[in-house]
Amino acid sequence: MANIRIKKGLNLNIEGAISEQSIAESSSKNFAVVPDDFPGITPRLDVKEGELVEAGSVLFHDKNAPEIVVTSPVSGKVVEISRGARRKIEAVKIEAQGIAAKKFDLNRDVKQLLLESGLWCVMRQRPYDYVPNPNVEPRDIFVTCFDSAPLAPDFALLLKGKENYLQKGVDALASLTDGNVYLGCKPDYVPNVKGCVVNTFEGPHPAGNVGVQIANVKPVNKSETVWTLDAVSLARIGEFLTTGMVPFDTVVAVTGESVNNPHYVKCVMGCCMSSLLNGCVDDAEKCHVVSGNLLTGTKVAIDGYLRFPYRQVSVIPEVKNDADFLGWASLSPKRFSIYHSFTNWLLRRGKPAEFDAKLNGGVRAIIMSGEYDRMLPMDILAEFLIKAIIAFDVEKMEQLGIYEVAPEDFALCEFADTSKLPLQKIVREGLDKLYKEMN
Amino acid sequence: MKGLRNYLNKVKPNFMPGGRYSKLQSVFEGFESFLFSPNTTSSTGVSIHDSNDTKRTMTVVIMSLVPCLLFGIYNIGYQHYLAIGNPDAGFWNLFVYGFLALLPSIVVSYVVGLGIEFIGAQIRHHEIQEGFLVTGILIPLICPINTPVWMIAVATAFSVIFAKEIFGGTGMNIFNVALITRAFLFFAYPAKMSGDAAFVATEPVFGLGEGSVVDAFSGATPLGQIATSASENPVLTNIIGEPISTLDAFLGLIPGSVGETSTLCILIGAAILLFTGTASWKIMLSVFVGGLFMGFIAHLFPSATYPASSLTPIEHICYGGFAFAAVFMATDPVTGARTEIGKYIYGFLIGVLAILIRVYNSGYPEGAMLAVLFMNAFAPLIDYFVVQANIRRRLKRAKMND
Repeated sequence: MANIRIKKGLNLNIEGAISEQSIAESSSKNFAVVPDDFPGITPRLDVKEGELVEAGSVLFHDKNAPEIVVTSPVSGKVVEISRGARRKIEAVKIEAQGIAAKKFDLNRDVKQLLLESGLWCVMRQRPYDYVPNPNVEPRDIFVTCFDSAPLAPDFALLLKGKENYLQKGVDALASLTDGNVYLGCKPDYVPNVKGCVVNTFEGPHPAGNVGVQIANVKPVNKSETVWTLDAVSLARIGEFLTTGMVPFDTVVAVTGESVNNPHYVKCVMGCCMSSLLNGCVDDAEKCHVVSGNLLTGTKVAIDGYLRFPYRQVSVIPEVKNDADFLGWASLSPKRFSIYHSFTNWLLRRGKPAEFDAKLNGGVRAIIMSGEYDRMLPMDILAEFLIKAIIAFDVEKMEQLGIYEVAPEDFALCEFADTSKLPLQKIVREGLDKLYKEMN
Repeated sequence: MKGLRNYLNKVKPNFMPGGRYSKLQSVFEGFESFLFSPNTTSSTGVSIHDSNDTKRTMTVVIMSLVPCLLFGIYNIGYQHYLAIGNPDAGFWNLFVYGFLALLPSIVVSYVVGLGIEFIGAQIRHHEIQEGFLVTGILIPLICPINTPVWMIAVATAFSVIFAKEIFGGTGMNIFNVALITRAFLFFAYPAKMSGDAAFVATEPVFGLGEGSVVDAFSGATPLGQIATSASENPVLTNIIGEPISTLDAFLGLIPGSVGETSTLCILIGAAILLFTGTASWKIMLSVFVGGLFMGFIAHLFPSATYPASSLTPIEHICYGGFAFAAVFMATDPVTGARTEIGKYIYGFLIGVLAILIRVYNSGYPEGAMLAVLFMNAFAPLIDYFVVQANIRRRLKRAKMND
């Protein structure tokens, strides 16, 4: 077991953290599965509107690798397949009905079971940050055992009493690789599991990002593949392989400044936002609702649905002051900045910061230098990589380490960026384009 | 402020495409975002953003230039009244004289530069970018006070168009725009940019400061005096022939370009830039280290052929534009090295080159400006090598695993 110190990065202390560790229950009637949550999959539907499905049965599969399927989190009726531009499938909506869930026969090999149950899709592979290609054996499998993002749920709570499932999951994954299963933990929560390499990480966010952990343990080289997932998903795999039922229930941290009483809720994956936020958000139309954390999460409508990885909802005001006179000159300590030209570092030291969803400036060319480097604890020249991606210089991208990164690694850079560039989008689109170029 | 906001909302459609004043869209949006920070919110990626933006960054740089600006204004007045034999004319006389003498340059620099920026932004349908806010104040600060305003106008127009706009605007330029202005003036109108007549305002401004120049007057800067001296140990004097010390140069009551004379005020500016995290301490530090290093080497071998070699390293830093270049010019992130290791090399070489030019090129009494411009050209090369090192490290790692 190695202890690795991460120096770069930033822990964001944001208003709206959960103070109580109790878990409420919530029930929802409406659910949705969004294909966009599973990058790398081109969805081909296996169900029609009006069809009955059981929890665990296939909703859609990947066009290129039909064995990769996404399954329904709930038993009920497919009420709508919503499509966007060029008939792109945006969501498969399901209305819950009391039908029994699907039970899987466990007397088959692990890979087959994971693929059929849809749990394959909780994993990602590097390069490309896609759902893993089942035909490529990974060099190693990396599991992160904590989430360091702002207001993130505490894995110790989410995994309470599930260590046997974690062990089962580790054993299963170990059978899929000749390499190691690596578990990246924070020092105060190291689950007792065997058969894997445990490393602890100290330091600010993004220490909990699996990409950062890989970079500091054994970076991905060209033509290598590693798989990544989080420990909550690992426990889910373990539970499935123990019981034969896919555990679609999940504990979600409902957080953020606009939430009256930040708390944990137990619900089912893909449930509707309103079932989670009912009664705890005032003036919902003035809120910025994010499924996930505030750095990497997806913006959803208040009548939207809980999105992958199904463990956090963050709600902040959309715009706090729509007539912000001479905002660039403000000395208000309520404005958070990593720069000392604002006063928050002095007057609100140690107090949680308050945010709204404003860009706080206009989009510009990259001007400040070293800003991304401060936020990315990997041996990657972030600015040069971003420029190579924008120019789509494939050779440069490869040389600068495009295969090692995922969009989420750039989230903190995007937060700090003076030029307000959409870095995660740039990286995601760059990876997609690169994949097309290479295959 | 709600009223102003509502008024802007009301007139805004006139400036949008199809509106009556759509040709002024960029200008309108520029002023709108100046008055009220834009309400654009995140749609993809992160939902929260740091409060810092380019407007704020540029504002901080301007704030850090204020000590130099105020002292420069005072010094213009001081030098003038000293030249006419009346140095005890009172603080406000000196300050107002200096202010009135400098004001036309500042106004012209901003009007010409921002005017071109506005037109450029409108042609490209871009937002107006803030880079010139800093350049516009830097230009009068690095020019001699006697530079005619029409020259400032021509040089500003030249550098904004040819050093910035044709490269794509703020953030895309290769050379520091303010220094290109200075270099343009230096090479196009050399007689006006150096020598005895450039650095001390001797004429009255708006009727203020009437009087004739005293007999002992010579307007040469200390570095100018050294460059033309034949002795191995030249005695530096102020403009009326009294000897000056390094402390005088540190405090700044010596002739020179407006903003560059007071090393103390420059250091205050440096403190603001470093404390707010706006400028890179790596560049700043290594410029000074480079300058001290080269100054030390030159001082080891004093020679009458190169009179500036008689200056000690500390004197090199206090005289001329060295400190100003180190703090405000070399640290321009757009034109400097952008890798962390590259910054050390870039800064160090600026320091070395500045003193090298100053001491061993008798044509130029000052080398800081040329050193920064020269290294601007080399910054991408320095970065190239740092990036290659990263690439090689990655390749080596891949090979090891094979």
